[in-house]
Amino acid sequence: MAELDTSGGGKKGGGKVRTKKKSTRVDLTAMVDLAFLLVTFFMLTTTLNKPKAMDLTMPDKDEIKKDEKPVPESRTLTILLGKDNKIEWYRGLPGVPYKGQAPTTDNFGKDGIRKTLFDLKKTIEEESGGKPMIVLVKPSDKSVYRNMVDIMDELNIAKIEIRAIVDILPLEIELLKRDGNY
Amino acid sequence: MPRVKIPRKSTAIDMTAMCDVAFLLLTFFILTAKPRTDDPIPVDAPATAINVQLPESDVAILTVGQGKVFFGVEGQKTREELLDQMGRRYSIAFTPEEKAVFASLPSFGVDIQNLKGFLALSPDERKEYKSQGIPTDTTTESQLFYWVKEARIVTKNLNNKELRIAIKGDGKEEYPTFAKLIKALQKQKVNKFALITNVKSLPK
Repeated sequence: MAELDTSGGGKKGGGKVRTKKKSTRVDLTAMVDLAFLLVTFFMLTTTLNKPKAMDLTMPDKDEIKKDEKPVPESRTLTILLGKDNKIEWYRGLPGVPYKGQAPTTDNFGKDGIRKTLFDLKKTIEEESGGKPMIVLVKPSDKSVYRNMVDIMDELNIAKIEIRAIVDILPLEIELLKRDGNY
Repeated sequence: MPRVKIPRKSTAIDMTAMCDVAFLLLTFFILTAKPRTDDPIPVDAPATAINVQLPESDVAILTVGQGKVFFGVEGQKTREELLDQMGRRYSIAFTPEEKAVFASLPSFGVDIQNLKGFLALSPDERKEYKSQGIPTDTTTESQLFYWVKEARIVTKNLNNKELRIAIKGDGKEEYPTFAKLIKALQKQKVNKFALITNVKSLPK
């Protein structure tokens, strides 16, 4: 198609000038390639663009639960969220160290709260004979949204189903202050 | 003995049908693709390892950042109806033009008293507008409370579905902003939220 006709010239004069009949077919391969490329692109971008979310269920505030039982202190873990991505956790009741265990300052990460959660889950289940651990998350005013999302994610990873986000108590703020996490 | 000649066949295939199919699919994907909606404020959502898909319809998204709250609900029809209801509640009459503009907005963060002025702006001016966020100061009767409440009623009436409430928050936003927001939502017995997050791989 793109070649120059160099053979012309010689046959001048003799006979009719015939125009060659050209085929109307076009090579569609390149067009199909392009079309499929675009199809793939749109397919991938539309499915990847869907927002992902994490479900969060808050405890009902004003509903009076008749079958509500007091939370057993032996199975409760309270996680306080402080400033600068710091965590402080303790077992049992606020202000009353459970079996003499002092509150521990922890951090996010593989060797931090994740390990703690896995270990504690095991210990508590062994101690109570298979009953699940209960986790209370108490974000302080100095914590950020990311901390809350991260801790919920850690609880999801550790498969701890019984958990709640609860308001922090003044006593616990004092505790955070004492340990320099507030 | 004469040799048997095998006629050489051309390797070119007719591509027309394939081309048709490819372009049909292309058209389909282009038409169904939803344009990416810009966040009203830059939001860096935290990442989580475990998450679920957010449904495409019957969702209200509360965008939180820099201490401001922006509200948006999916569906043009829902938005139109919502503005109508809110106008009635606050005794502000919105014209059909204003409703059409409102229906095209994915999210907004304006006091309802200034909403009329905000809707009258051109799209470019609206981008430049310094939004103050929806007032959340008094949690019991705040405007946000009613936006969410009316949106839930409208969704129930139009689609007979429960409105899902999603919160898209900036990771560095301080927790009290969320505590306030969640309190306002719990006042109307919304106890289940979806937190919009990015995806990160599950650590081993």
